[in-house]
Amino acid sequence: MKRRDFVQLTGLGIGGLMLPFPMMGNPVSAEALLEGSLTTAQKKVLADAALNTAKSLGATYTDVRIGRYLNQSVSTREKKVQGIQSSESFGVGIRVIANGTWGFASTNQVTTEGINKATTQAVAIAKANSKFQKEPVKLAAVPGYGEVVWNTPIQKNAFEIPVSEKVDLLLNANSEAMKNGANFVNSNLFQINEQKYFASTDGSYIDQDIHRIWPTFTVSVIDRTSGQFKSRDALSAPMGMGYEYMIPKSEDKLVTPFGMTLYRNSYDIVEDAIAAAKQAKEKLKAKSVEPGKYDLVLEPNHLGLTIHESVGHPLELDRILGYEANYAGTSFATLDKLKSGTFNYGSKMVNIIADKTQPNSLGAVGYDDEGVKSTRWDLIKEGIFVNVQAIRDQAHMVGAKESNGCCYSQSWSDVQFQRMPNVSLAPGKEPYSLTEMIKDVEKGIYIAGRGSYSIDQQRYNFQFGGQVFYEIKNGEIAGMLDDVAYQSNTQEFWNSCVKICDEKDYRLFGSFFDGKGQPSQSSAVSHGSSTTRFNGVNVINTARTI
Amino acid sequence: MAILSKDDAKKILEKVVGFSKADGIEANLSGTDGGNIRYARNSVSTAGENSDVSLSVQTFFGKKSGGASINEFDDASLEKVVRRAEELAQLAPENPEFMGLLDPQTYGAEPKTFIDSTAKITPDYRAQAAANSIEPASKKDVTAAGFLEDSRGFSSVMNSKGMFAYNQSTSVDFTVTMRTNDGTGSGWVARNFNDVSKLNTAEASQIAIEKALQSRNAKAIEPGKYTVILEPNAASDLIGLMFQGFNARTADEGRSYMSKKGGGTKLGEKIVDERVHIYTDPWNEEVPIGNWAGGGGGGRFGGGGGGGQPRKKMDLIKDGVVSNLIYDRYWASQKNVESVPNPGNRIMVGGTASIEDMIKDTKKGVLVTRFWYIRAVDPQTLLYTGLTRDGTFYIENGKIKHPVKNFRFNESPLIMLNNLETLGKPMRVDGGGFGGGASLIPTMKIRDFTFSSLSDAV
Repeated sequence: MKRRDFVQLTGLGIGGLMLPFPMMGNPVSAEALLEGSLTTAQKKVLADAALNTAKSLGATYTDVRIGRYLNQSVSTREKKVQGIQSSESFGVGIRVIANGTWGFASTNQVTTEGINKATTQAVAIAKANSKFQKEPVKLAAVPGYGEVVWNTPIQKNAFEIPVSEKVDLLLNANSEAMKNGANFVNSNLFQINEQKYFASTDGSYIDQDIHRIWPTFTVSVIDRTSGQFKSRDALSAPMGMGYEYMIPKSEDKLVTPFGMTLYRNSYDIVEDAIAAAKQAKEKLKAKSVEPGKYDLVLEPNHLGLTIHESVGHPLELDRILGYEANYAGTSFATLDKLKSGTFNYGSKMVNIIADKTQPNSLGAVGYDDEGVKSTRWDLIKEGIFVNVQAIRDQAHMVGAKESNGCCYSQSWSDVQFQRMPNVSLAPGKEPYSLTEMIKDVEKGIYIAGRGSYSIDQQRYNFQFGGQVFYEIKNGEIAGMLDDVAYQSNTQEFWNSCVKICDEKDYRLFGSFFDGKGQPSQSSAVSHGSSTTRFNGVNVINTARTI
Repeated sequence: MAILSKDDAKKILEKVVGFSKADGIEANLSGTDGGNIRYARNSVSTAGENSDVSLSVQTFFGKKSGGASINEFDDASLEKVVRRAEELAQLAPENPEFMGLLDPQTYGAEPKTFIDSTAKITPDYRAQAAANSIEPASKKDVTAAGFLEDSRGFSSVMNSKGMFAYNQSTSVDFTVTMRTNDGTGSGWVARNFNDVSKLNTAEASQIAIEKALQSRNAKAIEPGKYTVILEPNAASDLIGLMFQGFNARTADEGRSYMSKKGGGTKLGEKIVDERVHIYTDPWNEEVPIGNWAGGGGGGRFGGGGGGGQPRKKMDLIKDGVVSNLIYDRYWASQKNVESVPNPGNRIMVGGTASIEDMIKDTKKGVLVTRFWYIRAVDPQTLLYTGLTRDGTFYIENGKIKHPVKNFRFNESPLIMLNNLETLGKPMRVDGGGFGGGASLIPTMKIRDFTFSSLSDAV
């Protein structure tokens, strides 16, 4: 199934940001995922062939990506294994500039002959399109790094863990949730390994091994008499880690003052499944929210998505410039606002950082998919909009001399383009805990976990839900709420940020399947934050009768 | 070799099945050739072509199964992939929901899903199609960003019980967003066909340019309940979401809007206005689709819809009543009913009125070109949120009065189809619900559609 079909099946084709899990490539056995591929030396010979062919055909720049992309998903429901899918995709993508225009072609024939054919096709496409090219491509300079290597610093390769162990863990979580009142549980474990080799005419030969993992579940409870059903999703985060994330460590657990457990760099799926069953049952009896203005206390695994949608996406330079106008949209954060140096994106305590080097994050790599070394930079400093996310062919358009290193392609078969780096809210500098934050709120709502999300194509107006909602009354938790969603405007929202917990509360949220581009591509990105308070946000009640 | 003929596909599949030593085998052989061009800022940004053929086999020992795939087709490779799948099947856990292989099936006539002209699209055609969209935009101080994608492909399946099915198809999909250079106006248009001779990117682009120019300097009006005229793409996005609830198993389990209070499903119950008639028909001339369903719909070999199940013409909603739900083979066996695979297209019966006619008949309302970023809020009531985009206009006394700022809506397609006023002419739109394929959806006028806030986005 092609990704497009997959997205269409969900009925969300048009706004398909946050894509479902695509099983790309060919199904293979779990064992086959551990088999070797070409050696680095063999890849270099093939890459050099492409670089030379492209040059002889008139290309002024060429990059070659030889990639082996491994996916594995384990899906279960209640006592049953629904599917174990392992897939492998191997091939090469060649991108060239000829007559000042990009051309791209890819092939799964990773041989000198196959690569020469694809290179010729890429140059031909560039030349055909150059007839209508009005803005010749200009690349920001990048040093040639020679032959270098970067690997995600994992402790346990998830692909080496027997599938039976993963199945047992998920079935155990399901069983515990059922014992605690769940009627249904769907649980999944997704694992990705990108083995990518990059070479370019700038003189870089970069070999990288990238790992990502995501355990998740949905627990549902049914009240047959009333016909009501409620669910609660896992409070895990997808991470740029190995199987070590699946082994719970006490130092990674944070227990809220009202007894809810949240997770940092390791996850206890069984414990969370039990909590989910209990909370889903509690939701059936929870009070329906009274609409109005509330002070919101947003937990990092919830706030991450708000950061993603209202800061991460609007500061993508390709959107700002109009390259995404026909799909993901443009941005309210225009270049004149950036150049003014005075645009108040948020309150003074809002510091938002882009970071492709952050440990355990989904976006961490050594080099991006056009050979730029990864880095860290400010996007919003003390509330002021100070920078964007640029790649090599865009840097000159904002007067920058260097790319920010956030170019990515989901596979060898797709062309690379600008994707969001990890974008995170810096923790508060003064010591401040969640307990203290709740004590300071008179009329508020604590929201944890990722729920419904929607934002306009220029990123002004948004609406978010969550997994669990607790009412805060006069500094204390006053019970669970239901039917909660908040609506706001990006600039207004970030200017209502009044308090941020300190670094002890800092955690990563992740988006495993963020969609952008046509044809749509998926990328993975993390967003870190500590629990944060926003004053006077408009909360609506989402209950309806049909 | 991306497009194999029926005979060539059959020959390869027969060889594959012949290599099997398992209790049963099913083999799927499919391939696609495709190309695309993307443009923005009135200039081509990226373009590419891809080609792929792959064979996947699933072998069975009792209720145990294993799969493997390959993209080489010499005899040794074919035998290798079968042996590998057999090794994996022996190691697999039993699947209690495995329903056995399908017997040979009878399919209706082959729908006209493959059109030669679409199969012959070249990079030069795509470049010219983009140029025909960009040129009129630049003359009007408008910036075009668009995407054209075409594909031609085949799919086939055979099993060791002698079941064989084959289909080939083409499609072309075009969308363009036109934005005025002062940044205050935006228009959009979409076209989807299996026959490229029906596509005129210049004509379609003109509509988007006009919308962009007319939508400049939109006025804010108060959010609230409005009569809306939803163009087919807007209507389809919401109606498509309703079909997710048509899975009988989820409904029986009590976790969808299609679940009945006290147990059971709403099959046979009236859920929307009695004028709503939606059906599926693989042989429809506007939206033809393969006459058999691929895998999916609950697990291909478990509860699955089952690769190779015949599709038929079938009502989904008739007179506002739920006529059929989707039963995978496992759930059908549990409920002792006939299995119903995912339909491949959706056709909603409309009227004869054009959008202009519908505007003339509207005293006060809002015309919506499209919706954006639609997400579920409450699965219990099928409540969704999202926004209007690229051409939203206020209608007063039968005329478009002025453009309006975009709205966020919070609405359920079920409530919407109970508030139906008029149905207009149907149009082919991309996607639109379960099973992939295209839909034929009318323009529709709906009363009391809930807009909950304003957006400054253009």
